[in-house]
Amino acid sequence: MKILVNFDLCKSNAVCMASAPEIFEVRDDGYLYILQEEPDETHRAAVEEAVRLCPTRAITIEDQAL
Amino acid sequence: MKKIVVVGASLAGLRCAEALRREGFTGALTIVGAEQHLPYDRPPLSKEFLSGEFDQERLALRTEPYEELNADLLLGQRAQSLSLEARSITLASGEEVDFDGLVIATGAAPRTLPIADGVSGVMTLRTLDDALRLKGALADRKRICVIGAGFIGSEVAATARGLGLDVTVLEAGDQPMLRGVGPIIGETLAELHRSNGVDLRTGVKIESLEQIGESVRVNIAEEASLECDLVLLAVGAAPVTQWLEGSGLALDDGVVCDATLLAAPGVVCAGDIARWPNPLFGGESMRVEHWTNAVEQGVHAARRLLSDDESAPAFSTVPFVWSEQYGIKIQAAGRFSGEDRMEVVHSGTDDARLVAIFERHGRISGVIGFSEPRRVMQYRRLIGAGTLFDEALAASL
Repeated sequence: MKILVNFDLCKSNAVCMASAPEIFEVRDDGYLYILQEEPDETHRAAVEEAVRLCPTRAITIEDQAL
Repeated sequence: MKKIVVVGASLAGLRCAEALRREGFTGALTIVGAEQHLPYDRPPLSKEFLSGEFDQERLALRTEPYEELNADLLLGQRAQSLSLEARSITLASGEEVDFDGLVIATGAAPRTLPIADGVSGVMTLRTLDDALRLKGALADRKRICVIGAGFIGSEVAATARGLGLDVTVLEAGDQPMLRGVGPIIGETLAELHRSNGVDLRTGVKIESLEQIGESVRVNIAEEASLECDLVLLAVGAAPVTQWLEGSGLALDDGVVCDATLLAAPGVVCAGDIARWPNPLFGGESMRVEHWTNAVEQGVHAARRLLSDDESAPAFSTVPFVWSEQYGIKIQAAGRFSGEDRMEVVHSGTDDARLVAIFERHGRISGVIGFSEPRRVMQYRRLIGAGTLFDEALAASL
């Protein structure tokens, strides 16, 4: 899976960081950093939760065709 | 289970319906909503939608086609009663809808004050229709008076200032959200309003409201009356449980659920209406009116409804809320009040940044931050882990 963040929508609420701290990090500069853009499947549940809980619905998962 | 009815077509109800399908429910699914609109997002109503930054389309809560959800949407239909014996609800139209499983997600509605009865210039803000009406009013009026300095009142005050209106905020407490956040944070919130040109008056008792032509006169005890073009009443919300009276469900400022969000066999609750014992806080009975809670509970309620398991997992969460006022992001997590011990653990050189943590029973129970999302989330994790307060203090995040 590939993680896409629409940075025009993102308001750095950092909720994603609570769901998937190994993938998302909001730093002191106030911006969201994606720590792993293509994480392995073990992170799927956490990333899906981050997608659902993002207040600005800025995160999407892109699944590449096998 | 062949037929599930979700009552409430907002965030909790929609996310529950989506989770039911995701978890494999293939039976008949009906979503009943009191409003005419497809599910939309409420937080922007007091901020980006009101200011004109977002249009209505941007509020849509579901971007995928509704056909994929394969649900009957009964919109503009208010549920009027529930019969657990007949396993059916009755709508305001008189129509009866049967169910095997029921999701109650009818949310909350703004509280009003008796002094506002019959005063046409008084509005509340909860729905899209409320927001459209308020937006129209802000476009051609000059002076707004906001009653209540909670989240909604403060956000509307900030938006109205941004639109160039004269804004007065009247608050019954001595500071904004004093009972909720205590004096230090309350003072910070007060200063935020005042430095942005809001006439904030605290410790105010409003005696009456009078409609005089196009304006409203606000009569305040021991102070001069105030004239404005529009009053926003923002004094909190109450759960919409009227339609459940006499149903046999336990009602007590919300629908009383068990720790798994089950209110009765085959009946679950999600969102603003659900009162449940949260295991993360020693089983404290709580009802949470926050956005993320509605999503989390919607998903949990769906799983609970589909499992017959007596040992279904409890719903546990560290409540989280955010607000935005005058460009400052205010976030809070956990449980706290102005009565609890509070320590400021971080304040930036730029004085708009601040983090404070709260203590209950020796543990960190809550955090509030101004433009500090990273630290708020880190302390939120400590709250969820039951970290001792002294350890949280020493953590220097």
